[in-house]
Amino acid sequence: MSEYTSKPEEKFESVHTNKVGGSPYKGVVGWIDNRLPIIRMFRHEYLDFQVPKSLSYFWSFGGILTICLLLLILTGISLGMHYKPDAKHAFESVEKIMRDVNFGWLIRYAHMNLASFFFIAVYLHIFRGLYYGSYKEPRQLMWIIGIVIFFLMMATAFLGYTLPWGQMSYWGATVITNLFSAIPLFGESIVTWLWGDYSVGDAALNRFYVLHWLIAFLIVGVVVFHVIALHIVGSNNPSGIEPKDTRDTVTFAPYTTSKDLVGMLVFLLIFVVVMMYAPNYLGHPDNYIPANPMVTPAHIVPEWYFLPFYAILRSIPDKLMGVVAMVSSIAVLGLLPWLDFSKVRSSVFRPIWKQCVFLFVLDFFVLMYIGGAPAEGIYLLIGRIGTAFWFAFFFILAPLVSLVEKPLPMPQSIHEFEDWKKQGKIKVFQFFGK
Amino acid sequence: MSDTKNKDKTTRRDFITTVTATVGAVGVGAAVMPIVSQMNPDSSVKALASIEVDISKVKEGQEITVLWRGKPVFIKRRSKEEIEKAQKVNLKDLKDPEEDKARVKNPEWLVVLGVCTHLGCVPIGGKGNFDGWFCPCHGSHYDTSGRIRLGPAPTNLEVPKYEFVGTDKIKIG
Amino acid sequence: MKNYLKFIFIFSFIFIFSTTSSIQAKESNVSLLKPNWTFNGFFGKFDRAQLQRGYQVYKEVCASCHSMNLVSFRNLAEPGGPEFSEAEVKALAAQYEIQDGPNADGEMFTRKGIPSDRFKSPYPNELASRAANGGAYPPDMSVLVKARPGQSDYIYSVLMGYEEKVPANIKLEDGVYYNKYMSGNKIRMAKPLNSGGVEYADGTKATEEQMAKDVVSFLTWAAEPHLEARKKLGFKSVLYLLILTILVYLVKKKIWSRIESKV
Repeated sequence: MSEYTSKPEEKFESVHTNKVGGSPYKGVVGWIDNRLPIIRMFRHEYLDFQVPKSLSYFWSFGGILTICLLLLILTGISLGMHYKPDAKHAFESVEKIMRDVNFGWLIRYAHMNLASFFFIAVYLHIFRGLYYGSYKEPRQLMWIIGIVIFFLMMATAFLGYTLPWGQMSYWGATVITNLFSAIPLFGESIVTWLWGDYSVGDAALNRFYVLHWLIAFLIVGVVVFHVIALHIVGSNNPSGIEPKDTRDTVTFAPYTTSKDLVGMLVFLLIFVVVMMYAPNYLGHPDNYIPANPMVTPAHIVPEWYFLPFYAILRSIPDKLMGVVAMVSSIAVLGLLPWLDFSKVRSSVFRPIWKQCVFLFVLDFFVLMYIGGAPAEGIYLLIGRIGTAFWFAFFFILAPLVSLVEKPLPMPQSIHEFEDWKKQGKIKVFQFFGK
Repeated sequence: MSDTKNKDKTTRRDFITTVTATVGAVGVGAAVMPIVSQMNPDSSVKALASIEVDISKVKEGQEITVLWRGKPVFIKRRSKEEIEKAQKVNLKDLKDPEEDKARVKNPEWLVVLGVCTHLGCVPIGGKGNFDGWFCPCHGSHYDTSGRIRLGPAPTNLEVPKYEFVGTDKIKIG
Repeated sequence: MKNYLKFIFIFSFIFIFSTTSSIQAKESNVSLLKPNWTFNGFFGKFDRAQLQRGYQVYKEVCASCHSMNLVSFRNLAEPGGPEFSEAEVKALAAQYEIQDGPNADGEMFTRKGIPSDRFKSPYPNELASRAANGGAYPPDMSVLVKARPGQSDYIYSVLMGYEEKVPANIKLEDGVYYNKYMSGNKIRMAKPLNSGGVEYADGTKATEEQMAKDVVSFLTWAAEPHLEARKKLGFKSVLYLLILTILVYLVKKKIWSRIESKV
């Protein structure tokens, strides 16, 4: 008996695997959209998408970061067509780009300064998150994905910096890869495995080049997840109050897009000034000396955006614990949604937490300065205090403040928040006082 | 959504928006240009776009091969017989009709690209049925003026841009 | 709006302060000599005659020990640099015997230089250079200006920083000289520039200061041959972006005015 002969009393659930249809478009566009709904998806997610109307310019950094990433990839691909990842030829190939390649100097300076500005933007982007409680429910996962992106950015930046094969490239690579030897039992073999040799050299350079490309494109992928998550939870806003009705929102296009564009252009303007008039200001002169395994520079310093974490690393006397401290100083951000359990999101209404966040920012800059100084004497002491405060911010201040803080009176909605702003009842951004 | 939102959608492109969009587009174009331009030959390649070859030691009947822009160039100091032969050829016999005098500046010197016009192999000098060159890949025969006489090649060996610099140098390119 | 400006201002100040710590030459507390370079500032340019004199100083004084192997003779004719004529560059290059080969016999040979050749190094490699200079390596000068904190000012200061009177707390070994501005205050190079050491082709008086200024300008060009193009393009880009930002801001205000009125 075949199962195809159906008994009259048996009922089978009908199945529709063909989901074609539902497009509001006609003609060729409609034909495509019915079968691959990217056009109506684009419209829904990027044009008609509802966004809080109270977003400030601090919310432009997401868009700014995307532009930075796009430009880094474009300039990176252009550089990649001329760069030679061979220890004998790397430094010279970069100089060839600077001197002979059409607009090579422009592309190279753009790429290296974009890397710095990428970090400026990401730090401001994270600051926005900290200040306005963007890490709180329901945005915890988005926040964690962001931390993953930050780790990938640091890896990409580190690898990219080794490529010109200058003194800092070589010695920075040596110091940082040597950190892995702190891992108990397997540390040394891991380091040799990373190097493909018994010291940083040609083998390491070649693979760093490949990994630089790979991780850069991985960032693109994780950013996609970051944005998808954003479209599920929706944007936070300076009031920290979720939108309730259309009085609280505007469509993404043209309102938020035009505002983001202004933010992007101001950022680009500052970037162009630095790139064109002080292109080497954020770099280190020692990296214009070709790598020499026999001569160590007097002070090995990473790029400025790593300095705070470098300071944390050096404040712990034990090698392994130093590495653990450095990595956890960033990973601990992931715990913030649970360490800070205040129900109020925005620091606008949290007078004590606001001060804590500003102190944390100050600590960040202090550690940045310390990271660039020699690791001795008063610098080391300040570095240790700074490191202690960093972790105290997360493990002591965050839960304590959530417990004892009395938030300021809050409006009921975003549009009421906007009214309060107009009436001068609240000031969104203030260093001291309410 | 509310009615007010629908009314907002009347996209009446006003003057300032159009101006801004145009100015913006110009900027995007200007920013993309270097990305495209960097793929063009860089100045170290362009510096080798021309080479000067010393021909003072080339004897009559002798041929030298030089590398120019990555390709071989045959420089032949032709004997009187070779020149005569090249000039006497009836144009009707040529697949790619060309007078010998149109292919040389000084009949004593023939400068041609050593690249077969069929599929790019390098022909061998002093071989073939026409006392010129013979391409071993698919059997093209070239004469003493580098013109195709027999075989699958469609056109004569290319004459690059060149000029004499004094009496003992040729600048190619 | 005002609060944001306050924030940007304070942020930039703190940022610049924190980043300069790793950039300043910490060892020397002496501030560098800072001449008025023609190439400084937003509209900086090189002086052609100065670059040509600088090349002469490099060629006659420095090139016997310092290589500049990333610069080609043809660069001397390119716009934005000394701008020698094509003929002059051809003649300059032909003064040198450059190694080439192998020839048909498989041997290396030397031939006269052509514009596309790189500058010839005084030594075949770094080890030969060290051997000839008592273990010290006269660094390649192609990007030397960018490789020192203080850049052009630093190189100029070192050239002018030789002093007869050595401070009491500094002990000099054999073949080491005291220099006020050199990081570490000790230098293995004897004073390279002495008044009248070069006879300038354009007749300029070759004082120590003049030669130092000229050669440092030349070295700055060698390190940054596209400096003029960069600053020119910088001006156009900044102007363009300022205009575009204002335009976009006006459009943004126009768009947002639609809802302000409805509140």
